[in-house]
Amino acid sequence: MILTADHVAKAYGNGLGATLAIKDLSFEVRDREFFCIVGPSGCGKTTLLKCISGLLQVTSGEVLLDGRRVTAPPEQMAVVFQEYGRSLFPWMRVDQNVRFPLQRKRLPRDKVESLVSDALAAVGLSDFARHYPWQLSGGMQQRVAIARALAYEPEILVMDEPFASVDAQTRADLEDLLLSVWKRFHVTILFVTHDIDEAVYMGDRILVLTPRPTVLEQMVAVDLPRPRDQIKTKELPEFAHLRALVYRSIKKAPTAP
Amino acid sequence: MRRVRDLLLQLVVPAGILVGWGLWSAQAQNFFFPPLTDILASFRDNWLFARVSSDVVPSLERMLAGYAIAVVAGTVFGLLIGSFRIVRWAAGPPVEFLRAIPPPVLIPFAILTFGIGPQFKVFVIAAGCVWPVLLNAIDGVRGIDPTLQETARVYRIPRLRQLFSVVLPAASPRIFAGMRTALSLALILMVISEMEASTNGIGFFILQSQRSFAIPDMWSGMLLLGLLGFTLNAGFVELERRLLRWHRGAQASALEAAA
Repeated sequence: MILTADHVAKAYGNGLGATLAIKDLSFEVRDREFFCIVGPSGCGKTTLLKCISGLLQVTSGEVLLDGRRVTAPPEQMAVVFQEYGRSLFPWMRVDQNVRFPLQRKRLPRDKVESLVSDALAAVGLSDFARHYPWQLSGGMQQRVAIARALAYEPEILVMDEPFASVDAQTRADLEDLLLSVWKRFHVTILFVTHDIDEAVYMGDRILVLTPRPTVLEQMVAVDLPRPRDQIKTKELPEFAHLRALVYRSIKKAPTAP
Repeated sequence: MRRVRDLLLQLVVPAGILVGWGLWSAQAQNFFFPPLTDILASFRDNWLFARVSSDVVPSLERMLAGYAIAVVAGTVFGLLIGSFRIVRWAAGPPVEFLRAIPPPVLIPFAILTFGIGPQFKVFVIAAGCVWPVLLNAIDGVRGIDPTLQETARVYRIPRLRQLFSVVLPAASPRIFAGMRTALSLALILMVISEMEASTNGIGFFILQSQRSFAIPDMWSGMLLLGLLGFTLNAGFVELERRLLRWHRGAQASALEAAA
């Protein structure tokens, strides 16, 4: 699975009133890579994500998934949104939420059930299958959203600041959980965050964006050893170095006119 | 302790009103306000259960038929109008005009069109009750969180399935609010429609009693309508409580998160 953005531009509105959110972006996400996107707040991160996932149409350029142009949400892609509370269906129980996208796939029933229970087990929520999402904590709700994405068997998992609304400890736990399922489920992850530490800790490569109108500021390769560890990885001099590199890259990015 | 007191208060006040009414009416000697005991005797003679099959059942049948039509039509058109911008623009002015027409004025037209059978009453009830359901369904659909719909799109849920499995449940709290308003309207329109070109029904009975100066009978009919309205509403609230348990839970947890 290879995702390519080829001279992607996205403007809102048209004519003189148009605002250019993304000016020109080209990059390639490799198969089974953990690819992070960071940028100053208000740069078109979410816009870019919506273009990649086919929720928005690009104004020019194209997004390609395995060479095929993305114009609608692709079959091989799952998306996890930041607002877990608003992306889980509150009238469905946890297992129903995870099962819901699978019903369209016409899989045998026992296959569906094993996908659901495997995904819930992977995020440690087997005991909460019959709960409603709103009966769970924020971190647990986001784990439900991750389980739903995993059960869908995507080749690429797109995540829009998925851990931005949970507390610090939960966040660290969710990061490690995601790293473990990333390996286990052989999936490519496209991970948008505004947290530089998080990007360095998780990613193979980091795409740094400029403010609007957004272009590519820098591509940073993260050559930290895996498996990563919240304490050991973060005390490596290389970690501090990369963190500073990304930080400077965002800082020096010219501000929008 | 406080709950017991509140509950007691809810029982004591109605009982007090009944006793007060009984005492006052017993000595009032007023033809139009007969003694409560006469009204209750008339209630027993008429509604337990002599006129149940001849008047109460036909009344309720027509009411529920009209109400059911209104709920289904209001929900279907509400989902449609709410989902598509173009339909919303097209349907806006006619909807605003039609809902401004007071439903009882449809009675003369309905009698001409449907004759004096039960159909015209069902039509009037449905035509009046459809608006609160429709308008609330439209608002309910429009108020759906975009993230919820984006989630459904990302997982490539087919359009029709989105409508039934995402849009309808997400809008259902608002639809229920409309249904509740419509239920009390249905009772009103049931009575009004029975006061015109009718041979049975609770409304017909009340009007007949008044015209033949059977004042206790008239009062007993009013009492029955009050009890019916109360019971219907209580039943509806219970149904809503069960079906929308998720909604109350989700709201409570959202409030907690915001606090």
